[in-house]
Amino acid sequence: MNQMANPETVKPVRSMNAGLFDGQEREFLAIEDEEIAITVESLDLYYGNSQALKKVNMLIPKKRVTAFIGPSGCGKSTLLRCFNRMNDLVDGCRVEGSINLHGENIFAKGVDVAELRRRIGMVFQKPNPFPKSIYENVAYGLRLQGVKDKAVLDEVVERSLKNVALWNEVKDRLDTNALGLSGGQQQRLVIARAIAIEPEVLLLDEPTSALDPISTSKIEELVEELKNQYTVIIVTHNMQQAARISDFTAYMYLGELIEFDDTKKLFVSPANQATEDYITGRYG
Amino acid sequence: MKQWWKSGSPWIWLNGGAVSISIIMVFGLLALILVRGFGHFWPHNVVSTTFVQPNGEVMQVIGELRKSETLTAQSLREAGLALPADQVLATRHLFKMGNRDVTGRDFVYMVDNFLGEWTYPKNIAVFERREWGDFYGVPARLLESGQTVAEGDALWADFQRRLDRSNRLFDDIRRIERHDIGNVNFRLERVRLDQRRAELRGTLTPEMEREFAARRQALDQEYAAIQDRLNALLADVRRDAIVMQVADGREVTIGLDRIVNAWQPNNMSAVSKVGFYIKSFGDFIFGYPREANTEGGIFPAIFGTVVMVLVMSIIVTPFGVLAAIYLREYAKQGPVLKAVRISVYNLAGVPSIVFGVFGLGFFVYVLGGAIDSTFYPEALPAPTFGTPGLFWASLTLALLTLPVVIVSTEEGLARIPSTIRMGSLALGATKGETLWKVVVPLATPAMMTGLILAIARAAGEVAPLMLVGVVKLAPTLPIDGNFPFIHLERKIMHLGFHIYDVGFQSPHAEAAEALVYATALILVLLIVALNLSAIMIRNRLREKYRAEGD
Repeated sequence: MNQMANPETVKPVRSMNAGLFDGQEREFLAIEDEEIAITVESLDLYYGNSQALKKVNMLIPKKRVTAFIGPSGCGKSTLLRCFNRMNDLVDGCRVEGSINLHGENIFAKGVDVAELRRRIGMVFQKPNPFPKSIYENVAYGLRLQGVKDKAVLDEVVERSLKNVALWNEVKDRLDTNALGLSGGQQQRLVIARAIAIEPEVLLLDEPTSALDPISTSKIEELVEELKNQYTVIIVTHNMQQAARISDFTAYMYLGELIEFDDTKKLFVSPANQATEDYITGRYG
Repeated sequence: MKQWWKSGSPWIWLNGGAVSISIIMVFGLLALILVRGFGHFWPHNVVSTTFVQPNGEVMQVIGELRKSETLTAQSLREAGLALPADQVLATRHLFKMGNRDVTGRDFVYMVDNFLGEWTYPKNIAVFERREWGDFYGVPARLLESGQTVAEGDALWADFQRRLDRSNRLFDDIRRIERHDIGNVNFRLERVRLDQRRAELRGTLTPEMEREFAARRQALDQEYAAIQDRLNALLADVRRDAIVMQVADGREVTIGLDRIVNAWQPNNMSAVSKVGFYIKSFGDFIFGYPREANTEGGIFPAIFGTVVMVLVMSIIVTPFGVLAAIYLREYAKQGPVLKAVRISVYNLAGVPSIVFGVFGLGFFVYVLGGAIDSTFYPEALPAPTFGTPGLFWASLTLALLTLPVVIVSTEEGLARIPSTIRMGSLALGATKGETLWKVVVPLATPAMMTGLILAIARAAGEVAPLMLVGVVKLAPTLPIDGNFPFIHLERKIMHLGFHIYDVGFQSPHAEAAEALVYATALILVLLIVALNLSAIMIRNRLREKYRAEGD
């Protein structure tokens, strides 16, 4: 599959985002086309008869951390799950519009969903290691791809665990059950499992909401590291977290993208009153 | 009082009471079986006394007290017994007198009034015989080839030695009959079938015919050699005999080859009684039945039950698991699936005898008949699989227990957290990969739970088995040293059916009663053992696939 951006299929960002915010013509995100990992175009999503996402247009910059914030039920997790088509598993879910990953529409016919999910890794709210050994957890994705060479597996397991700073804690007990790890270790293990197959994009769905503060800060440090190699999208309820670790932030409300901007800019001088109300705690 | 009602205490008492009653009933049942079953093997003392018969004759009695009961004298008077008019209650005793072949009555009720003094002479001996049940009497002389070799005090020790010898010889005879001759017969049958097969295919050439004849001749010679050995042993085992004096003074000669076990209960210490008890219990478990199952051991029944349950497990587990996976994971949830599921669940409620009828009508006659005409035409008209047997019994039970396995597996699959499935899918696994690499292994403890329930149900089932493969007496075990070692077509014995047969189909109801309890006890222990091993496997699997939050 061609992973290079095709200039003809990627629409100019500026024109796409023009008119997003209250009809104001605004210079938005000075990003070159080749810096874009994903573009979302007029995305509507329905669960049965209720609409969960309304005409969402946005872009995700490459090798940056993009945070989705917003109150519960605003559709940020739903949007995240569109990127690797996890919403396909929900009965009665229907999508209109398009999401282009490096220029290819992931909703197009003939897209191999398993292949797509290999390219877009995902980490969930609650750590969900498999009830297997630590080693087998990390090697799972590679084994799915038919890698049997022990040397390759060893190397990837070690590299992945080092990347998430878990190697020193578990290197002597790789054969023990992963469920014996603490919650924070489990979440880092799950991230190691996701990056072991070298995805292009990493989706983090409230990765620290079930963790204690120390584990949370470790994950946050890890995210800082990860953006050197991966495009990271993180959904969070914690605005301080979004402010700390993300480069770009999207504020969503009732299925609509209200504002999307450079994190510093969005938190310091939001363009939209609703955004300001939310981040200053006056929401609701 | 009102306060008490409001406090909720009545509910606690009600619930606690229900639990207590259940526990008392379960343990009462087990205790009854335990006492009645285990008591059978204890070497009880033998009473010697006199009995005045209704016609005035005095009769010497030697026997074992089985039970005593108190009745109203009136009822006995009405039965024609001459009891004093002022007597209100009378005690009557049930004596086991043995010697069925001599007196014809081995269990006799006698009213206490007509009994003399009870003594326990030390020299009374009890024989467990291969035929005619137990024998009670006083040893008089020991014979070797018709000549007296021992009398008096020296007799018993010499007798024990000679009995050991004859029992060893008898074991040899049994082994030859069961194993060596069985093996030759099995091979002879194979030759016959091979020849018949060639005949049916039209490929029988004169050379082959000669070859078959040669093989048959070799086997015949082998058989003749075994028969010679057997005859020598039979002559040898009949060498010794013992002359016994029975209660009425008559002398009876018994060949030592007719005796299985001999003891002098009145002369045994408590320790030697315990030793005897353990040995008898071992003989019961590992021995073969005699005398229409009312004596001897129950080994073939234990073996048949275990093999049948194992074969059933091997059949039901894959079917149940695959069906459950389809129902839960692949089938489109909707009214059709709901109907299918309800039907499957309701299968568990169908009376088991219905499964037996189905097994006989479909499995045995239709499937078995088809198998016979396709694969075993040479044996026809004698059926191979077209007759009840181990495989059909196991298959019928598998059908019976299928719903249990399906329900448990489905519940197990439903319990797997969706986050784990999501985790696998998010790594690019397909649905099938997720299922087989993550979900199914996690659900194995639930599958084992289903299997445990299936075993518990199957091991105790009797009614359908009578139709599809369990018999009163099976000549051979379903597993032996002859290729292919596991003989799925053979008929088997089963503990549950054995209980029914011994208890209700035997001519000696009194003699059988204790055996019924003992066999029931073994059946309960066997099911407990099977369940415990399955539970142990499940717990190890649980440890291995410990799910989140457990």
